[in-house]
Amino acid sequence: MSNKVLMKGNEAIGEAAITAGCRHFFGYPITPQSELPAYLSKHMPKVGGVFLQAESEVAAINMVYGAAAAGARVLTSSSSPGISLKQEGISYLASSELPAVICNVMRAGPGLGTIQPAQADYFQAVKGGGHGDYHNIVLAPESVQEIIDHVRLGFDLSDKYLNPAMILLDGALGQMMEPVDFGDYKPELQEKPWAATGCKGRKMNAITSIHIDPRDMEAHNIKLQEKYSKIRESEQKCEEWMLEDAEIMVVAYGLCARICKSAIRVCREKGIKVGLFRLISLWPFPEKKLDKAIDKVKEVFVVELSAGQMIEDVKLVDNGRKPITFHGRMGGMTPSVEDISDRIELIHDRITQKVG
Amino acid sequence: MHEDLIIAGFGGQGVMSMGQMLAYAGLTEGKNVLWMPAYGPETRGGFANCTVIVSDMEIGSPIVSHPRSIIVMNLPSLDRFEDSVKPGGTLVVNTTLASRKVRRKDIDVILVPATEVATELGDLRAANMVALGAFLECKPMISFKAVKKTLQKVFANKKSVIPLNEKALERGAEIAREQRKARSAV
Repeated sequence: MSNKVLMKGNEAIGEAAITAGCRHFFGYPITPQSELPAYLSKHMPKVGGVFLQAESEVAAINMVYGAAAAGARVLTSSSSPGISLKQEGISYLASSELPAVICNVMRAGPGLGTIQPAQADYFQAVKGGGHGDYHNIVLAPESVQEIIDHVRLGFDLSDKYLNPAMILLDGALGQMMEPVDFGDYKPELQEKPWAATGCKGRKMNAITSIHIDPRDMEAHNIKLQEKYSKIRESEQKCEEWMLEDAEIMVVAYGLCARICKSAIRVCREKGIKVGLFRLISLWPFPEKKLDKAIDKVKEVFVVELSAGQMIEDVKLVDNGRKPITFHGRMGGMTPSVEDISDRIELIHDRITQKVG
Repeated sequence: MHEDLIIAGFGGQGVMSMGQMLAYAGLTEGKNVLWMPAYGPETRGGFANCTVIVSDMEIGSPIVSHPRSIIVMNLPSLDRFEDSVKPGGTLVVNTTLASRKVRRKDIDVILVPATEVATELGDLRAANMVALGAFLECKPMISFKAVKKTLQKVFANKKSVIPLNEKALERGAEIAREQRKARSAV
């Protein structure tokens, strides 16, 4: 038998971070992610790491800034309203080119909202969230195993590009238990000669996001944009599932993608040619493969736990080529498998001209 | 093989641990498994329920609105979930705490006085195992062997309670067996 253990999504984030060489966590409790700080409060000290419950989310993200500046692999996590509070700090991390991993176990908003699953923080995560022209690297796992893979990947990409990485999941993925295998993974920790570690015997390393002269600030922005182009070029990730012969392409990510997979199985049994394009990296948006996939299908069906946010990026790639329909639930409600399969059937009937 | 189950009761009846035990047992049998608690602003003694999926396939949606099986441990759970069982599915009712008649005619209903039986066996906390035994007798989604092995693991630090839990499982299965036999004789 394999080395699989049964684990909650939130706890898996913590264990994955430890296996990725992260020894610093700063956070503030909020449902539905509190199992993660609870797990790390127990396990970080065992590996000589730091677990610190800050006085607020703002304090926590600035502690992350400090640890990242000193060259540490550092993690923070929260749920939607708490992530909003961290946005100023995330913008500073992006501008100062500091690596850090931020987990958002999303709940339904706006405002205090409710703790049930939602995907309404998509815009905030992929378009910047804080002030200024910047991007987070954003990964969206669909299972507890993928949470582990993405936390590790998040640390690696964050170090590689010196850019904050966000793991975007929802309360259901955080709460559910699935078998996972941590494997015999060894993190490849990079030297960080730029870190502020005390400059005795070397030149001072300055880490800042302030460039008073606008010419300098523009040059800094151009440098950031060049980095984002490189990330766009190299780090797009997606899964193409049952798309080989598909006429209808469902586009979804995270928890929603799993509901869609079940619905697609139901439709396939009825002979409907439908498949799923699952976004794995939300930023960079997997536009290269989506662009080719759109060419091969008759219609695109976007499903989100929001009023329709990711669909805007799908429309940019589609650029009017194929019709796009949408279904979204909000406020912590999730569509049922039957709900999605019925809608796919309707699209199928329409494009095969049984109705209308 | 693809089976989904919702277990519902009030906080403290062991519905979460019953589900986790099934998931663990499924894992030891090499199945794909998923356990998901219904989470929300819960109160002590309030609603508690979880979903368990055991499958040979990749598990898609963790949210199941009409599961093949439901175990209800008290009356509010019976009221809330009776209509959710998939037609042809199985409903296990803890009749000690849910004594009303089941209205559905299109499902297999197993009535087990789980709390009463567990109390007779010496500890009402084993009611969940009585219900689980009855359920597994009707829906062998996991073998008794695997569940018993899991009991050894779960109670590794509290070995004294294992015999009681095993007895509870067996008694539950026995009741379900007798009930089915009586019904097929009619």
